[in-house]
Amino acid sequence: MTASVAAHSASPTKVTTLASPSGVEAWHVESDVVPLIAVAFTFEGGSAHDPEGKPGVAQMLARLLDEGAGDFDSDTFQEHLAARAIELSFNAGNDAIGGSLKTLVKHADEAFDLLRLALVEPRFDQDAIERVRAQTIAGLRYQQNDPGVMATRRFFEEGFAGHPYSRSTSGTLESVASITRDDLVAMHRAIITRGRIKIAVVGAINAERLSAQLDKVFGALPEAKPLTIIEPAVLGNLGSRFVVDLDVPQSVIRFGMQGIAWRDPSFIPAYVLNHILGGGAFTSRLFQEVREKRGLAYSVGTSLVSYRSAAMTWGYTATKNERVGEALQVIADEMARLRQDGPSDEELQKAKDYLIGSYALGFDTSTKIAHTLVQIAFEGLGVDYIGHRNGLVGAVTQADIRAAADRVLGDGRMLTVIAGRPTGL
Amino acid sequence: MDAATKPFLRADAASQGRTEGGGPEVSSFTLDNGLDVVVIPDHRVPVVTHMIWYRNGSADDPIGQSGIAHFLEHLMFKGTEKHPAGEFSKVVSGLGGQENAFTSFDYTAYFQRVAREHLETMMAFEADRMTNLLLEESVIGPERDVVLEERRMRVETDPSSQLSEAMAAALFVHHPYGIPIIGWMHEIETLNRDHALDYYRRFYTPENAILVVAGDVTPDEVRRLAEDTYGRIEARGERPVRFRPRDPEPVAARHITVADPKVEQPTLQRLYLVPSCCSAKNRDCYALELLAEVIGGGPTSYLYRKLVLERGLAVNAGAWYMSSAMEETRFCVYAVPAEGVSLEALEVAVDEVLKNISDEALDFEAIERAKTRLVAETIYSTDSQSALARIYGSALAIGETIEDVKRWPSEIEAVLKDDLASVTERYLTLRRSVTGYLKKSAS
Repeated sequence: MTASVAAHSASPTKVTTLASPSGVEAWHVESDVVPLIAVAFTFEGGSAHDPEGKPGVAQMLARLLDEGAGDFDSDTFQEHLAARAIELSFNAGNDAIGGSLKTLVKHADEAFDLLRLALVEPRFDQDAIERVRAQTIAGLRYQQNDPGVMATRRFFEEGFAGHPYSRSTSGTLESVASITRDDLVAMHRAIITRGRIKIAVVGAINAERLSAQLDKVFGALPEAKPLTIIEPAVLGNLGSRFVVDLDVPQSVIRFGMQGIAWRDPSFIPAYVLNHILGGGAFTSRLFQEVREKRGLAYSVGTSLVSYRSAAMTWGYTATKNERVGEALQVIADEMARLRQDGPSDEELQKAKDYLIGSYALGFDTSTKIAHTLVQIAFEGLGVDYIGHRNGLVGAVTQADIRAAADRVLGDGRMLTVIAGRPTGL
Repeated sequence: MDAATKPFLRADAASQGRTEGGGPEVSSFTLDNGLDVVVIPDHRVPVVTHMIWYRNGSADDPIGQSGIAHFLEHLMFKGTEKHPAGEFSKVVSGLGGQENAFTSFDYTAYFQRVAREHLETMMAFEADRMTNLLLEESVIGPERDVVLEERRMRVETDPSSQLSEAMAAALFVHHPYGIPIIGWMHEIETLNRDHALDYYRRFYTPENAILVVAGDVTPDEVRRLAEDTYGRIEARGERPVRFRPRDPEPVAARHITVADPKVEQPTLQRLYLVPSCCSAKNRDCYALELLAEVIGGGPTSYLYRKLVLERGLAVNAGAWYMSSAMEETRFCVYAVPAEGVSLEALEVAVDEVLKNISDEALDFEAIERAKTRLVAETIYSTDSQSALARIYGSALAIGETIEDVKRWPSEIEAVLKDDLASVTERYLTLRRSVTGYLKKSAS
């Protein structure tokens, strides 16, 4: 961000949009204060597009992009990164494959070159594939009886049964074992393309130089072809409760209901509602009732999740096996109270004050800014979103909250998954 | 809560970036009551990070009261005479701020991140709870339950955390670094209001605290605000004494196994008792920092290349060093066996590879690469005001100086190949070590 940003300007940072000569677009924040450049990018298309019966391809693809490219085998590629302290990483989610690059300004040319190689010319050497496969399988085994991971897996299996979102991004022991080089090459060709990309660049690089780098790195990508359409999904099994039996003294609980997508005009009221119910501050209703008053759990909260083809609100907590019933009752009571009475005027105002005031806190490092911008671009919200977002929060009324509560909390039924050995349910 | 870093499947654990001499203009001063103040300007956004650090952590818990430092950290949110329970959090949240706290072995810290104009309010609240904590009996029981649930979540349901605890307890045969920060379950259950208040009165004093403010502020402004708030707290006369026993010179190679039916992926860890940045003589800490990076920092490190790439015995391998500690600390080597490789066979291979460090790991390029990465970390850290606040706060809390932090990159640059060979030979020996196996049990 630039030092010239006024203390009370509506927008927490000054973003310009940039198009390179060949038409690659990026959102750009120029700042020379720290001699580094942070890049975030995301390609539309992810684990939801894993081939039938082979969950885990997108994630394995993401892990293989920096394991050898162009003339460099994996070890040589990693050595080029390490020798200049260039940080490059890729990840896969349901709807996108993304990544980030961080480099000192003095190594920018080399860093962008390596990024281009990773995206455009990954090698998928068989030894690298086998190594990443073994690492992925070890990771799956390591988490196999983790109550949090177990509960989350089951939650998605039950909540999105029959839909690609029901599958784990990491795949299964069986599916990861079956992934072939052809699967990886095909998915690379389908997703890592020009038409699918959003890019944000923050740091000590001017528009002219950035423009040239964008052409060099992303200009070489092939054009996009249409991907399989992921059908819209609605969280199912509301009103059902599932127990994953695990011999541990504490049960992990996941609970879910409907959500409102970020792209939906009613998203902001739902976001404020979520903050009141179980948002990140120590003041939320669930934090107060579950943790502060009763000591039922260390962590408790809810968050609003937007996928391309689904939206949900989901919550988390963990309590000793003997108190699971009590915790679920307290959570259900709070949701019922919020649904019936809504928040008080003061509660609503405090929530809006927090969400407005804290927005700038997400813009204090180059990496955070780049990631926030690329998410906004991915959601199609427009570059002016960060400037008017606080206005949208400020405008939320009690009526908006009630309407959001009707959609999100509905009739109060939830999908509940418990991993552990709960007693007295 | 700051727990010991779990090294599994990550190669970059626990190395801490710091800033270089050319970084931010850090200034410091001390108030009349003994409170140390550090100011780190960052004018890019109108935001400040306000932290108060206390020079006491879990290693200062009285015998039999493990977990009291961490429990008190929780109780610090329970209100004062002036501001009842929850009011501070409500004010922070209403101002659009974020807050939290953490406890480590050597320190406890509290922080808020707010728009710059709210700094004074944060200082007023934080100064108030430095001496006026109320602790009504009714809040003690539920909050102790919260901490017990925290321990269940972090440790009781996770065999790898249980191994980490058991290994630390074996490595530090006498020093309290062998006791978990959160405390042992059976001792947390007995902690009460008197324990908390005794501990609070002993350690929460201006002489024992460090105020760190990073962000859109000037030193003059911070001094004025700090004098108006913290400055009004009466001095206690002197800083409380921390009594820390020293571990004896180790003689026994120790072997520990946690076997649990839930374990599907075995792992191997090795801890060595080594000097920390505070206890090291002859600049050994810089050599150990660089050694960890050379042999275990990521996919181009010696251990990864030997065990994963060349021999295919592991799917991951690495090392880390916890330099930030007042007394002798841990250096960790870890490996995750490949399918069909036993932990015993992997351990043999790890020892073969470690034995050859001086001959095989210390080529010029590898050392330069590691130095570049460590020094770059310090530049990257200048991008984050809260990272800088943590770096300076933790350093001062364990007795380092601002100059120590600033000098760190040049000290790393100055490490020679012979220094690396020397610390390897002196410290990475079996008699200083604990080896840990995490594996599956039949039932």
